[in-house]
Amino acid sequence: MGEVAGVDAVQLPAHLADFDCRNNRLALLGLMQDGFADAVAAATHKYGAQRVGVFIGTSTSGILQTELAYRRRDPVSGALPADFIYRTTHNTFSVADFTRHYFGLTGPAVAVSSACSSSAKVFASARRLMEAGLIDAAVVGGVDSLCLTTLYGFNSLGLISTQACRPFDAARDGISIGEAAAFALLERLPAQLDDDAVLLLGVGESSDAHHMSSPHPDGLGARMAMQDALTMAQLDAADIDYINLHGTATPSNDAAEAKAVAALFGSTTPCSSTKGATGHTLGAAGGLEAVICALALQHGLLPGGLNTQQRDPALPLNYLLDNREQPVSRVLSNSFGFGGTNCSLIFGRAG
Amino acid sequence: MTQHSAHGGKPLTVFVEGIGLLGPGLSSWAQGRQHLDDSLPYEAGRCLLPLPMALPPAERRRAGAVVKVSLAVGQEAVAASGRQAADLPSVFSSSSGDAINCHEICSALASGDRLISPTRFHNSVHNASSGYWSISSGAMASSSVLCARDGSFSAGLLEAMTQVMVEQTAVLLVAYDTDYPEPLRSVRPLPDTFGVGLVLAPQRSERSQAQWTLAPAACLTGATADRLDDCALEQIRKNIPAARCLTLLRSVAAQSSGEIVLDYLEGLQLAVQVAPCR
Repeated sequence: MGEVAGVDAVQLPAHLADFDCRNNRLALLGLMQDGFADAVAAATHKYGAQRVGVFIGTSTSGILQTELAYRRRDPVSGALPADFIYRTTHNTFSVADFTRHYFGLTGPAVAVSSACSSSAKVFASARRLMEAGLIDAAVVGGVDSLCLTTLYGFNSLGLISTQACRPFDAARDGISIGEAAAFALLERLPAQLDDDAVLLLGVGESSDAHHMSSPHPDGLGARMAMQDALTMAQLDAADIDYINLHGTATPSNDAAEAKAVAALFGSTTPCSSTKGATGHTLGAAGGLEAVICALALQHGLLPGGLNTQQRDPALPLNYLLDNREQPVSRVLSNSFGFGGTNCSLIFGRAG
Repeated sequence: MTQHSAHGGKPLTVFVEGIGLLGPGLSSWAQGRQHLDDSLPYEAGRCLLPLPMALPPAERRRAGAVVKVSLAVGQEAVAASGRQAADLPSVFSSSSGDAINCHEICSALASGDRLISPTRFHNSVHNASSGYWSISSGAMASSSVLCARDGSFSAGLLEAMTQVMVEQTAVLLVAYDTDYPEPLRSVRPLPDTFGVGLVLAPQRSERSQAQWTLAPAACLTGATADRLDDCALEQIRKNIPAARCLTLLRSVAAQSSGEIVLDYLEGLQLAVQVAPCR
């Protein structure tokens, strides 16, 4: 289980105290990293507070707060404790609302909550609002924190690994649950760009129409999402230098994804799942892996999949076990989830 | 990160091809529209949920209120549009997930054994209704699943209308909420279930019932949201977030033109220009 260090010690600003819960503390920790807040402030100054949208993916938002409140119900009336604030903690929108208030933004805001594709799909929603002319920039990202619902829920499905998860390993036996906050600032294409700038080139979304908690066995929906992303980006499969796989390390998920990837890309495109390093951060996974893709593009680094010892010979992909340094121009990232939701993103370097 | 842009600033116009409605005392759009245009007095009643017969038996048994209401209004809207459900991308928006399921999970987690069933767990995701919709209809297109608390209807409408215009495709929007059990009901007083389904298309057709337009520069407004004249219907509109759509539906029922201002976020409302198509 991957717990982010220091989350419990984070203090929310006094005027946002009602939002206090582990998920929003983790969100704030993320928002304070890497000069992100300065970049959002600059965009707000440039475009205006109503022209910067907020799109945050989460699966469980602040549900931990409710789980804890249920342990403190009044023994007679059954009422929840008076200090429990549903609106700004439990509600799925809480983390998007917190982000909007933290930056003083006044435009459109929404939480996208489609399980483990949530924070990939925020890119799709933000792109549409930008293209329609409703916003000029967007804070997109994903935040999911550890809670009992997901721990005991995945346990009930028998999907939790006995050790650190091993995506695409012949002996893989399930996921490791992690938590994360990951953000990106999305802007319209300016006239001039640094070579290092990262472009969102394509988005593909689909539904399996198959089963609530098992993927389509042939990865049909996954394949459609990848194909649609390539079509939007006007690229061929051969143009992609690296695929960041969804790669949760359950036997069926990795098998279905391998079929889908092989059907479109063959078996040569370098790929890996970074969940061996991060665990499965659920609703934050798409955002987290988008950031890993941006780092791959900027640093010319293809990340090898951690923990995997023996590649599964039944999964015919060029799965990287070691980091590889090489120029990287275009990458694809997959995010799939419960309910048969699929989203693929393609990012590229500007120069 | 940056992205390309094409449309920029043009009005977003969509055509309403089908409507589905279910709520307290509201059994369908055919019935509800008569209350909204004042041709039939509204009588209060509980929301009656039909069984989701489109689902395979195993899934039907597992389906909670969120699934029942969203499938019912989605099917009614798609049937009215004359389109195939399998072809339509969808947007599902709700102020919360399945609160009864959530209550059962939180109760179990607060008990000694902490055991929850796999079905409870996969029904707990906010996109449960979207997943069951795609399983029952065979729809493999994109499905966006959103929450903006009390502004969830407007957030869903924004997502659906931008998708219609940007992707030039018809889209099914389903907005719904279900009532809460105690003790959650005391902190989130949602009194009953309400759902609305809308099929929105980029071009006018013989099925078009109304035309809705967002002006990108002016649709996000500080103006006050419109209300309903009927006191009982206004209570539903105010108390159930998905029912914030009722002012917009009234303009369709009454074939009226003008501007409808919808509740959205704190200090921000959504203004929709409406006009009839018949």
